[in-house]
Amino acid sequence: MLRFIVRRLIQVVPTLLLLSVLLFAWLRSLPGGPAAALLGDKATPEKIAELNTVLGLDQPIPLQYLRFLGRAITGDFGNSLITGERVTTEIARALPATIELSIAALLIAVLLGIPLGYVAARYRGRPLDTATVIGTLVGVAVPVFFLGYLLKQWFAVDLGWFPPSGRQAVDIDATHVTGFAVLDGLITREFDASWDALIHLVLPAIALATIPLAVIVRITRASVLDVMGSDFVRTANSKGLAPSTVRERHVLRNALLPVSTTIGLQTGLLLAGAVLTEKVFVWGGLGTLLAQAIERRDYPRLQAVVLLGALVYVLVNLLVDLSYAIIDPRVRVR
Amino acid sequence: MTTPRGSLRPRPSTLLKRKKTRIDDLGGRSLTADALVRLRRNPVAIVGAVIIGLFVLISIFAPLIAPHDAGAVFPELQRTLRPDSIPGSMPGFPLGSDQNGRDFFSRLILASRQTLIVGVLATLIGLVFGVVIGALAGAFGGWVDTVLMRVTDVLLSIPSLLLAISIAALAARPSQTTVIIAVALVNVPIFARLLRGAMLAQRDSDHVLAATSLGVKRSAIVVRHMLPNALGPVIVQATLTLATSILDAAALSFLGLGDGDPARAEWGLMLANAQAYLDVRPALAFYPAVAIILVALGFTLLGEAMREAIDPKGRR
Repeated sequence: MLRFIVRRLIQVVPTLLLLSVLLFAWLRSLPGGPAAALLGDKATPEKIAELNTVLGLDQPIPLQYLRFLGRAITGDFGNSLITGERVTTEIARALPATIELSIAALLIAVLLGIPLGYVAARYRGRPLDTATVIGTLVGVAVPVFFLGYLLKQWFAVDLGWFPPSGRQAVDIDATHVTGFAVLDGLITREFDASWDALIHLVLPAIALATIPLAVIVRITRASVLDVMGSDFVRTANSKGLAPSTVRERHVLRNALLPVSTTIGLQTGLLLAGAVLTEKVFVWGGLGTLLAQAIERRDYPRLQAVVLLGALVYVLVNLLVDLSYAIIDPRVRVR
Repeated sequence: MTTPRGSLRPRPSTLLKRKKTRIDDLGGRSLTADALVRLRRNPVAIVGAVIIGLFVLISIFAPLIAPHDAGAVFPELQRTLRPDSIPGSMPGFPLGSDQNGRDFFSRLILASRQTLIVGVLATLIGLVFGVVIGALAGAFGGWVDTVLMRVTDVLLSIPSLLLAISIAALAARPSQTTVIIAVALVNVPIFARLLRGAMLAQRDSDHVLAATSLGVKRSAIVVRHMLPNALGPVIVQATLTLATSILDAAALSFLGLGDGDPARAEWGLMLANAQAYLDVRPALAFYPAVAIILVALGFTLLGEAMREAIDPKGRR
């Protein structure tokens, strides 16, 4: 087990190194070179030359790469062109909002998706199953940002059930401890703040959850069908086990293995979807940072956010792999 | 199991030939033919194919169907624009005006072309590069495989939309070309991984062993024996990728990284621009959105049906 963990950890290193090379190449290919991109509108030939010396861009490429790597490891990605603040500080401030939104969306997707996929598989070919499958196909085809606007228009503007944007009402006096609005309210016993944050969370979380939900439903359904047709389930049935025991102990437990991998893969979708959802609901998390960075071509910020997205994705999948090894002993041997 | 096509072809001797006709006489069907038969019986595939067929027809004949130019601004429409109302259908303009006084119907029809171009090109470019990389990796193995697959893995480790965003943002001025390149690059590693896996499975298979022992050249084995048999899953993936490419392009438009040319109509951009008028005239957002959803759905349905059809588990 330990050997598996160590081997899997070592595998991450070349991935990260290559990622840094790609990122470095990306920086080099910025329009007008990195210096011009950093200066933005204020770029003049003299200033570019000056910054080139400061940044060490007049030195050999391998040396430049090593310096870049050194800065990246220490978490120095420069300052945002929009606010002038260090990019890492900005990200640290925005991160809890995105994590909160992603967790809410993932909860919806998992808590709804697994039962729905299971039920669809059990009643395979019946109207319920057909409706579920069609629903998942349509769910994947709807642009996330359009769904966000629809939800906002119907449930916030027309019906007024939920707030249309933001994380918390402006007039709420909330103490900030962790940056997670719902959690903060619970810690400080300001339950009205928690509740307010929660209802702000509903619409964006639903919009963000649709695609992961559709994927989880389909994987669960396929996986349950697969296990139901396997030999050991037939054996379990034929030796007279109660159907409920077979369903819970044999089918569901084995069917959930591929589902756990899928949930890990969803983090990538969630991060990408968050960019779109946050823009619709003015959420103020990483997605909002990124959307601004795109509009204003704020490359240091853009670079840091994309890198963070990749890092989170790699790490979450590492965790999923490791948990997989705990659930399924067969994985460790390979 | 029927042997994959072409496996007995390299040295045509009478003996092999006779054997082959005998197998054919038995009425065995190749994997492809079998898959096509199952595809034709599947209503899901038919619905998907009909949607795609209509979409392609509309985009081909778009200039004939659309009464006006996509970029043409009509003063008579512009005059009727108010901050709180955008006129609907009126004579000469079946669906009325868009937010800038252009013919909404013509733009909607003509946009199908841009969407088709972006989707098909992004998929095709991704497919070609991915297939070449995957084929090289799968055919050679060893360090070529290791290097190519490491790079592929890294590209796959960046969430696809973020990758597309960072590539599209490199362009000083976003255009249709940058959108296509950005989406295509996202697709490359997906195809590369897929084809490599399929090629690896082929490499150890009996018909490749047979060809090798018959003395067929390695390049011929790769191109004639391995590649055709590995392409099935790739074609399925390409169909599904057409849907995601169209959706990704729409997302890029929404984030302001889409085609900046106002004379061209594109559903993603129309949808993104119409969000501000959801209160005034929801149809401006609804029609392009429904069009995107339908087309994406069409490709997904067909792709899923194809995936089912080529799955050997489904052979009875």
